[in-house]
Amino acid sequence: MQKYSVFSLIKNAFSNHKNWDVAWKDPSPKSEYDVIIIGGGGHGLATAYYLAKEHNITNVAIIEKGWIGGGNVGRNTTIIRSNYMHDENGLFSEFGMDLWRKMSQDLNYNVMFSPRGIINLAHSDAQMNAYSRRGNSMRLNGIDAVLLNREEVKKIIPMADFSENVRFPIFGGLMQPSAGTARHDAVAWGYARQADSMGVDIIQNCEVIGFDVSNGQIKGIRTSKGNIKAKKIGLCVAGSTNILAEKLNMTLPIETHLLQACVSEPIKPILDNVVTFGAGHFYCSQSDKGEMVMGGDLDGYNSYSQRGNLPTLQHVLTEGIAMFPFLSKLKMLRTWGGIMDMSMDGSPIIDKTHIKGLYLNCGWCYGGFKATPASGWTFAHTIAQDRVHKLNAGYSLNRFSTGHLIDEKGLGTKTWIS
Amino acid sequence: MLYIKCPHCGLRSQNEFAYGGDATIKRPNLNQEISNTEWDNFVYLRKSPRGRHLEFWHHISGCRQWIKVDRDTATHEIFNTYKANEEV
Repeated sequence: MQKYSVFSLIKNAFSNHKNWDVAWKDPSPKSEYDVIIIGGGGHGLATAYYLAKEHNITNVAIIEKGWIGGGNVGRNTTIIRSNYMHDENGLFSEFGMDLWRKMSQDLNYNVMFSPRGIINLAHSDAQMNAYSRRGNSMRLNGIDAVLLNREEVKKIIPMADFSENVRFPIFGGLMQPSAGTARHDAVAWGYARQADSMGVDIIQNCEVIGFDVSNGQIKGIRTSKGNIKAKKIGLCVAGSTNILAEKLNMTLPIETHLLQACVSEPIKPILDNVVTFGAGHFYCSQSDKGEMVMGGDLDGYNSYSQRGNLPTLQHVLTEGIAMFPFLSKLKMLRTWGGIMDMSMDGSPIIDKTHIKGLYLNCGWCYGGFKATPASGWTFAHTIAQDRVHKLNAGYSLNRFSTGHLIDEKGLGTKTWIS
Repeated sequence: MLYIKCPHCGLRSQNEFAYGGDATIKRPNLNQEISNTEWDNFVYLRKSPRGRHLEFWHHISGCRQWIKVDRDTATHEIFNTYKANEEV
C-alpha cells in the first residue's frame, strides 16, 4: 500500500495526481472466509481492522448493503467524548479516547481529531450537584473532568444566553477538556483503506438475504451476490439490526428510531468547543468549514426512513436558540437523518449470542460515532477469542433479563423520560 | 408532519400526539406465577419491524384517549387507526 506523506504528495504532484492507488479494492466475494462482518460502517470497518492488526485474522469479508461512508458513520455530529458516570461506559470510552488520539498515525490517514473539549451546561443547583457527582466518578476512572461555575463558562462561551430573566439560566457546566470532534468520513475511509491493505475484502452493494444455521452453529450467509460460508459472523448493522434479527428468529431489546442532525450556513469562527444544553437535548459544535453542527432528540416513533420530520427539528432548534440566541439569525444549510439502534437502557450490546459463531454489536443509540475504535477493538477480541473482553463484559445481551442494566441516563427508546 | 386520524376526534397533526410504542405486546396475566422470561419479553424485547407496525399513540393534547395506529415505519403511511380497546 502507498503510504500517505508529504513526499508521496510531492511525488504524485509531478504526475498530476493521476497515479494514486485506489484506497480500497472492489473484490467479488470468495466462497468462504474465516470471519464475515455484516455492515461496513465505522464499527464494522474498525472490527475488521483490529481483527487483522491485533489477532492476525485477515481472511475476512465486510458485507455492506450500500457503500462505505453512506450510513451512520457519515450522518453523525462527529462528537468524541468519554464523560460517563458508570464504570462500564467510562472505562470503555476512555480506552477509545486513547485509540482516537493515536488514530491518524495508526491509520496513516488524517482523521482531523480535534480535542476541543465538551461542556455540558447546568441550569439548576440540582444539576450542578449531579454534574459534580458525575465529574468525580469520571476522575476516579482516570477521565479528565472540570466543574465550571457560571463565570468560568461565560469566559469560554460568552455568546451563550447569560441574561438574568431566561427560563433556563446557566448555573455552570461540566467540561471534559480532552473530548472533541473528528472528521467522520475520514474515519471510515482510513479504516477501510488499512483493512483492505491487510487483506480484508470490502464487498459493497451486497445485501444479506438470509443465514445458514444448523445445530445451533452459524454456517454462512446468503447474499445478493451469492452464498458465502464462514464459521464466525459478526453483526454490526446499527439501525438494521432488527431486520437481520428477524431472519435469525431473534427478538432483541432494540427499537429502530430516527435521529436528525443539521448544519447552518458557514460563519466565521465563534465556537471552539462542543456545547450541550442541559435542560433538554441539544448539542452544537462548529465545523472547520464554519457550519454550526447541531443535533438533539429522536423523532420519537419507530422509523426506518432515514429522513426526518420537521416538528422534531423545530423542537430541537428551539432549545438551541434558548442556549445560543445568535443561531436564530442563521440559515439552515442541510438537514438529514439516520436510523439508530436504540437499546432499552441506552447502553450498547457487544456480545456472543445463543447461536455459536454469531456475534452481536448493536444498541449504540446516540453515541455510536465516538465508540467506533473501542467498539471495533472489543468486538474483534470477542470474535477472535470467542469470549468477551473485560471492557465489554458489561455490554451483555442478557443484562435486561438479569437486571444488570447500565442506566447511564436510562433513556433508551423512551425520549420523553428526560 | 404526520397526520393521524383520531377515532374520537378526526384528522389531527402529529403535534397533538405522544408515542406509546408497540401495541401488540401483551402484559402477562396476573394472579399466576410469571417467569423472568415472560417479564423480559414484555418489558424489553421488541420486533421493531421495517414495514407495517401496530402502535399506541396518546392524543395527549386532544381528547387524551390512547389509540392504536397501523403505520408503515419506512414510508410513514398510515393504513388505519383504532380505539385502544379494539382488537386488530
